[in-house]
Parts: sequence; C-alpha cells; structure tokens
Amino acid sequence: MADTAQPGPMAAHGHAGGTRRDFLSIAATAVAGVGAACAVWPLVSSMNPARDTLSAGAPVDIDISRIQPGQQIIVLWRSRPIFIARRTQDQQNLVKADKDAGQLRDPQSNANQQPPYAKNVFRSVKPEYLVLVGICTHLGCIPEFVPQPGGSLGPSWQGGYFCPCHGSRYDLSGRVFQGVPAPYNLPVPPYHFVSDTQIRVGENPPDSTFDFNSIDQI
Amino acid sequence: MAAPQPQSKLVRWIDRRLPIFTFINHELNEYPTPKNLSYWWNFGSLAGILLVIMIATGVFLAMEYTPNVNLAFDSVERIMRDVNWGWLIRYIHMNGASFFFIVTYIHIFRGLYYGSYKEPRELLWMLGVVILLCMMATAFMGYVLPWGQMSFWGATVITNLFSAIPVVGNDIVTWLWGGFSVDNPTLNRFYALHYLMPFVIVAVVGLHLMALHTHGSNNPLGIDRKGPQDSIPFHPYYTIKDSLGLGVFLIIFCIFVFYFPNALGDPQNYIRANPLQTPPEIVPEWYFLPFYAMLRSVPDILFIKAKLAGVLTMFGSIFLLFILPWLDTSPVRSARFRPTYKWVYWLLVIDVIVLGLVGAHRPEGWWIVTGRIATLYYFVHFLILFPLIGIFERPLPLPTSISAAVTKGGGKLAGASAPMEKP
Repeated sequence: MADTAQPGPMAAHGHAGGTRRDFLSIAATAVAGVGAACAVWPLVSSMNPARDTLSAGAPVDIDISRIQPGQQIIVLWRSRPIFIARRTQDQQNLVKADKDAGQLRDPQSNANQQPPYAKNVFRSVKPEYLVLVGICTHLGCIPEFVPQPGGSLGPSWQGGYFCPCHGSRYDLSGRVFQGVPAPYNLPVPPYHFVSDTQIRVGENPPDSTFDFNSIDQI
Repeated sequence: MAAPQPQSKLVRWIDRRLPIFTFINHELNEYPTPKNLSYWWNFGSLAGILLVIMIATGVFLAMEYTPNVNLAFDSVERIMRDVNWGWLIRYIHMNGASFFFIVTYIHIFRGLYYGSYKEPRELLWMLGVVILLCMMATAFMGYVLPWGQMSFWGATVITNLFSAIPVVGNDIVTWLWGGFSVDNPTLNRFYALHYLMPFVIVAVVGLHLMALHTHGSNNPLGIDRKGPQDSIPFHPYYTIKDSLGLGVFLIIFCIFVFYFPNALGDPQNYIRANPLQTPPEIVPEWYFLPFYAMLRSVPDILFIKAKLAGVLTMFGSIFLLFILPWLDTSPVRSARFRPTYKWVYWLLVIDVIVLGLVGAHRPEGWWIVTGRIATLYYFVHFLILFPLIGIFERPLPLPTSISAAVTKGGGKLAGASAPMEKP
C-alpha cells in the first residue's frame, strides 16, 4: 500500500499513445452516458400523449341528416372544432365556377392542408358537404360562417368564412384570400361517408393513408 | 492527476467570472479524504443520488397527478395504465422513498458506530437530523396523495396526534385539516408542501455538505487525519468507489422496482379512500414503524394522559438525536476502540428492529410489553448508557495515525501488542 496516492505509470498496454486507464475511463463514461440516456428516456416519453388521451382522439361519427342546405354545424374532434357545412346548389355552382380564384393565395390547394381525396375545387369528398377544421391558420381563432353574399363584408363578398380576430377571409371551400394575415387554407380533416347520413371524422376512406399530422398548419 | 489550472480558454473565461471549475477542482480533486474509508461511507452519496431520483420522478408524476379527492386515486391509476412509462416512474418513486430511508438509516447508524457526530461534527450531525425530519414530513405527505385507504386513515391518525396538545390542540388540528376532517383542502395543501419539501431538503443537504467539507469525513478508526500521508483525493478514488456502490445499490433497487414493486407497500392502499370505513389495521409505511410503536406504547404517566405521553415520546425520540453529541462523553470516536460501547451499539440496532416489529402488529398480548420495554430501552440507551459508558469504559489504545494503522509494520501503535482488527 503506497503512502501517497500515485496517478499511475503511463505504461501503454497495447494502446498507442493512450493507457489502459484512458480506455477504461472513456469506455466507462460512454456506458454511463448510455445509462443516463436510458434513464432519462422514460421521463421524456411520459410527456407524450398517454393512451387514454390518444384514444380520446379516436374518430367520431356525425349524423348529418338534419343539416339544412346553407347550414353549418360544429362538432368536436380531438378537442378541435370541426365545421360541417351543407352547401346549397347555388353555392356549389359558385364554387365550381371559381371566378374569384385570382384573389386566393392557394386556389389549387397545393399546400398540404387536405387529404388527397379533398384536393379539388370543392375541397371535399362530395360537393354538397364541406368538412373543415375550424381553426384560423393565422393564430388559431374560430372563423365565423358568413354564407350570405354582400353584407358588411362588402359587395364582392360571395360567402365563406370571416375570422373576427384579425380579419382573415376564406371562401366557401375554406380557401384563404390574399391580403389577409392567414397564410394557409383551412385544413380538411380525414373523413369519409359511412353512409349517406353519417360522416366519420378522423378516419380516412379505406383506400387512403393520409396522415393528418403532416399538414402544414392546423 | 489533478489539473492545477483549467485548460481551455472557455473554461478559463467562465472560471474567472464564476469560479465553478476551480470550486469543483478543489472539492473533488484537492479535497483530502481519509484513505481508509470503508463501504459504510458510501451511503451518504447514495442518499444524495436517491434525492435527485426522487425529485426527477416526482416532477414527472406531478405532471399527471390531480390533487382532488374525487380524482386523485384515478389519476394515479391512469399514470399506471395510460401514461407512457407511467408505471415505471411511479414504482421508482414509490420504492425510491423506501430505499431513501433504508440508505439514510444505514448512514445514521454508521455515524452512531464511528462517532461521526462528535466534535467537530456536531453541527453536521444536527443538520442531518433536520434532513431526517424533513424526509419524514415529505414521505408522510407523499403517502397521502394517492388517496387510498391507508393514505386517508394514516393522515387522519397522524394529524389527530396534534389534538393531544393541551389547550390549542383541537384548533391546530382544524388548522392542519383546513376543515372538519381530512378532506380536499388537506389533500391540496399536502400536495403543495410535498412538492416544496424536497427542495428544502436540497438546501439543508447543501449545508450538510458544507459542514462536512469544513473538517472532512470521519473514518473507521475515528482519528483525525494528521497529514497528506493519511489522505487521498476524493476523485478518482472515492468517485469510483461511490460509483461501484451505486451500481450495487441500483441492482438491488431495480430488483424491487421490476420484480417486487409492491412488496414494501400496503395492499390496503390500492382501495379508494373511504371516510366511512376504517381498515382492519392502520399501519404506516415500514420506515415509520419504530416511531409508531413508541407512540402506542406509552401508558398514562403521572398527570400526562397516554395520548399526549405517546406523542411526546415519539417526537422526543427524534429530538433526542439533536443533543446526541453532548450525551456521549467518550473522548474516543470509533466503536472499534470502545469495547463496551461496541456491543451496546448492537443492542440499539436490535431495539430499533424490535420496535419496528412492534409497530407492525396490533397492540395486544406480548407486543404491548415488548413495545414498552423497547421504548424504554431506546431512551435509556441514549440518556443513561451513552453518558455512563463514556465515563466508565476503558478504550483500546488508538493508532498513532491512519497511515500507521494501515501500513504493515510502519508506525508504532502506542502500547498495543496485537495488530488492529476490524470489528
């Protein structure tokens, strides 16, 4: 037993320029680092949505049989407001004519704000029913449904959505106008028709694998 | 081995403005530690690491827990079933509390055996007792949070203790409860305080370490370091020894967490709290059992009713620890050189274990008498034996220095004929 602590001779044990001690130190530190990462991972992971939260985000079935033409209902899916609007024949014709396309930011719906089966001028599966996530893509308020043309929004207003917080405007397919703060069209959630009177919001039709988490702006 | 100056420019820039690196270097590399510390000296660092583990798991549990009497139990079950890794975080926290007490009790008994509470470490010891008290408060409040049967009824029994205080007792209890019984206000304030106390413990641990570093660690021989030949730098020798101890400890800890997570708990606490139904046996967690035994053992004494006497005895047993350094009159620190104290010490260990067993059983039959004898012995040990043994005992001759004692043939042992042996 030495009287004083010695740091140890610098005898290289087969490691050029380093000692066995160095190797052991580095190896032990590396393993300890892996251990620390393994210890921290469950704590970090626990903050992700829990199983019951995820299951509460399951798809919801909505009965659309009572919606009148020109009327909109709002339902909840994943704690978010979902607009389900039934367009009148006039409104469908307006959308199909698409006269105001030049005033829209993204008339072709090129941004990833909707599933492929809603990438059309109607931004929906069926022209008659519009399903949107009712959150303004600017800063998150719920836009008002203003289907009547004209009125306080001006003579050129054909109908659509108006967000009261900062004045963003969307058309009858939820496409955003130029010159307003909002950058993207209103998102379309995954949905499909279970029957003629029921829409299942939160689930793609069988032939689609669209991931709603991939959209640009909720 | 130790770098006298920080090397990189960044390190020097920081160190000039906030000498954290100099501080770490001083406390780890230069700090002289006796070179003969045994594994009984590992338990302090284990307790510190466990404190960090408890705070980390506790913070993440706090993100998912709801402190409302209608929701608390279910929120804990949700953690166990739905939260990612929630079962693991909860079991670590639950068993961590038990192991925190195991480690701390061993740490305390180490101090008792080797005289670590004696001059100049009296304040170090007293800070340790403060930490123990804070731990007990934290653990008690934490156990209430899941709002099981034992949570509720344990809280009821222990808060009712304070009604024993004459004149103001009942008002104090109402004040503690925030109502007419243990109920939602009680749960909420226990949650707030349970979150707070560990940080108070951290602060007191900081003071504890400051006091320690003033004179350095005691050692199994109980004699002071006389020079550099008696010490080695804390890093790397004791950092690596503490790491080994930590590894062994974690293995044992994980065996409980993964294979026997409920072995140290009470199954009654998996039943929702029911204020209208008292469980057949109300028992605190194992680490409180010796004190619980003392509480129930004391009969009417003179003009003091049993209830108050029991409360005073229980609190007295802990406050007694504060004045320990002045109760022990022996000039010799380590029990290795105190032949009488050495075996009397084991009587205390047996006594505490017996008290624990008494606390775990219903107070009937032989348990009552045993509990009274064991409680009496506890106070006799500290108040009578401690002072007397110090006066009448003839200690063995101490080695001249730590280095002399561990070096074969080096240094003379004053008057000793046989080589030193481990106890």
